[in-house]
Amino acid sequence: MNFDDNPQEAAFRKEVRSWLDANAPRQYEAGLKNSGFGHTALEGVDVMKASKDWQKKKFDAGWACLHWPKEYGGRGATPIERVIWQQEEGVYAALSSLFIIGHGMCGPTMMAYASEEHKKKYLPPLAAGEHIWCQLFSEPAGGSDLAGLRTKAEKDGDEWIVNGQKIWTSGAHYSDYGILITRTDPTVPKHKGLTMFFLDMKSPGIEIRPIKQVNGQSGFNEVYFTDVRIPDSQRLGKVGDGWSVSLTTLMNERLSIGAGMPTGFPELLDFCCRLETADGPAIDNPAVRSKLATWATRTSGLKYTAFRSISALSKGETPGPENSIGKLVAGPTMQEIAAFALDLQGEAGALLNPEQAAANARFQAMLLRSPATRVEGGTDEILRNIIAERVLGLPADIRVDKSVPFNQIPTKGR
Amino acid sequence: MDFDFSDDQKQLKDQARRFLEAKSSPKAVRVILDGPEPYDRELWKGLAEMGFMGTAIPEAYGGLGASYLELCVIAEELGRAVAPVPFSSSIFLAAEFLLAAGTEAQKQAYLPKLASGELIGCFALSEGIGHATPKSIQLSASGGKLTGTKIPVLDGDVADFAVVAARTSAGTDARGVSLFLVDLKGEGVKRTTVETIDPTRSQARIDFSGAAAEPLGAAGDGFRILTDVLDRAAVLTAFEQVGGADRALEMGRDYALDRMAFGRPIGSFQAVKHMLADMYVSATLARSNCYYGAWALSTGSGELPEAAATARVSATQAYQHCSKNNIQVHGGMGFTWQFDCHLHYRRSNLLALSLGSLSTWEDKLIERLRAKNAA
Repeated sequence: MNFDDNPQEAAFRKEVRSWLDANAPRQYEAGLKNSGFGHTALEGVDVMKASKDWQKKKFDAGWACLHWPKEYGGRGATPIERVIWQQEEGVYAALSSLFIIGHGMCGPTMMAYASEEHKKKYLPPLAAGEHIWCQLFSEPAGGSDLAGLRTKAEKDGDEWIVNGQKIWTSGAHYSDYGILITRTDPTVPKHKGLTMFFLDMKSPGIEIRPIKQVNGQSGFNEVYFTDVRIPDSQRLGKVGDGWSVSLTTLMNERLSIGAGMPTGFPELLDFCCRLETADGPAIDNPAVRSKLATWATRTSGLKYTAFRSISALSKGETPGPENSIGKLVAGPTMQEIAAFALDLQGEAGALLNPEQAAANARFQAMLLRSPATRVEGGTDEILRNIIAERVLGLPADIRVDKSVPFNQIPTKGR
Repeated sequence: MDFDFSDDQKQLKDQARRFLEAKSSPKAVRVILDGPEPYDRELWKGLAEMGFMGTAIPEAYGGLGASYLELCVIAEELGRAVAPVPFSSSIFLAAEFLLAAGTEAQKQAYLPKLASGELIGCFALSEGIGHATPKSIQLSASGGKLTGTKIPVLDGDVADFAVVAARTSAGTDARGVSLFLVDLKGEGVKRTTVETIDPTRSQARIDFSGAAAEPLGAAGDGFRILTDVLDRAAVLTAFEQVGGADRALEMGRDYALDRMAFGRPIGSFQAVKHMLADMYVSATLARSNCYYGAWALSTGSGELPEAAATARVSATQAYQHCSKNNIQVHGGMGFTWQFDCHLHYRRSNLLALSLGSLSTWEDKLIERLRAKNAA
């Protein structure tokens, strides 16, 4: 029971540190530290350019996409080396957020299903940050029920013609390529009629509309397809096998292990230590303490749960199911913390302008962003189903639509 | 990073589990629940023969001299089995007090017999309703004699001796608190078993009327020592709680798979699945926090006060959460004396109070985190 690196890990960490010491973009360090919850504190900086520059620098030195094979632009690193890199990269990892979907989901899917020629052509520029990729999965009729998607692809010679609509596509407006799941056969049950492709996001017939979110920002988009043509050579997997291809993508999403997801607790603790009330600092109030204690233990529990998974990786083992709790704990906790911090601010908790609001409006931003954390990448309810079924071994839901031809399933609402 | 127990420690855990499944089955626990015996003497003897009591006691004092990590895995299994024995009082508390503050002669006199199970020790702190604070400790010690009442004292009716927190100078100051070793079979000690929410762990009211007492540690140092020892005991107790939480979760899961209603297993309903998933989440958080506590305890880290409070708060919440929802999954049958759910419900709520209740530990945790934040 220790937190120490073994000799190989220590040597790798030293190598990472010395490269980062010499190459990290220090000019952004302070701004990145103050960023979070939708705030980018890099004022006057072209974040896209800064991100691409940092990614290219890493790529050129062999520090991009550590877990990918070398021939596709990665490093062929072990999972534990990837964790060490993440720990050492620290705040600069925020500059990689544009690439998370491409590197974490699209790339591995391409590696598993694209032709060798396509892998050699598309993966290195993706690793280098020259291209940004997005993932076109969710639809108005296919969110948690992803296999309920309706975007249609019809074969026309050597091409497919795509019509329909995707939604919640992160970064579609600045992406160069995307992976797209479509319905190619509506006459068979829902999971059997799907097919996956990758495509150029500049293809004619694609229209992208940003979605204005609760917090006023627009990180997600609606993407409309009108007679968009995709060569059959860009199909990923067999016709009708799209569901199992999409599982490859989603499994990769869930494989990533960080240092425990943020909950906002350290910020709240600091705020409560500083906030003066009529009875002294807020942290002297027993009711405040009791709430803080619960959030403190959830936060440290996530951190040490991640450490347990990392330890498994360090021994060359597959991490256990404990890693599946991260977002389910962090999302609601962040939301509770934000509402509580506003409560402590009294009526002024409503203020949103950082110049007037307490703590630079950090908790207001958290309040307005946190609902998304509980929905994106699997809702709290889907995550509970996953834990119940895959970890605890409880029966799957009884599904009334599973063996019915897709075009006979009743639908309504979005 | 190797944030896990070693293979040998996992083997020890398996061994402890097999032993306790055989010797501390729900049926055996019920003998103590329903009968006149205050604890399971056969199980106590068996645990001594396995060498479990002496796990972390140094070899010089008759123990095995293993690390606290070994003791943590045994604690987890005791909690899982709801073992009806005074293990925590004797080993997590009495032995730790002697190791922390005993003279060489005191260690020689007590530790080998604690390690062999010949002697049972306990810790007497509470003097009635309310949290134990320097102010609440008013039992008086003067001229080597104790006068006053402690209630409740976990295992106070079965222990041979007690570590007693007493006041050596009048007032409410922590510096007026000192610790004493008292022979509970001696004169001036009257013990009465009290009714509690968990009869599988016996508790007593102890009235001292001029009982002979031997100082343990320096006069006026009692509150500091007991704070340190409670941190150590908190980690070990948290493992008991995590063991219990896991078992309560398993019981709920198994019942949800077995019980049919509306023509299907109740475990196929999302309301039940989600309740069980949430139990898994709190048990997992608690286990990870306990590992942090185990690391701090076994390495003598300066982070122990923070780690102990973290493990304790997390494990208390998890065990209470899992034991009450285990009853909920079982429905009406969960509320019967016949089903075993209440063994965990009782034990979880007892352990939540012993060593100082949840709110006491929440308070300690935040005070410690605040100091770190200021640093």
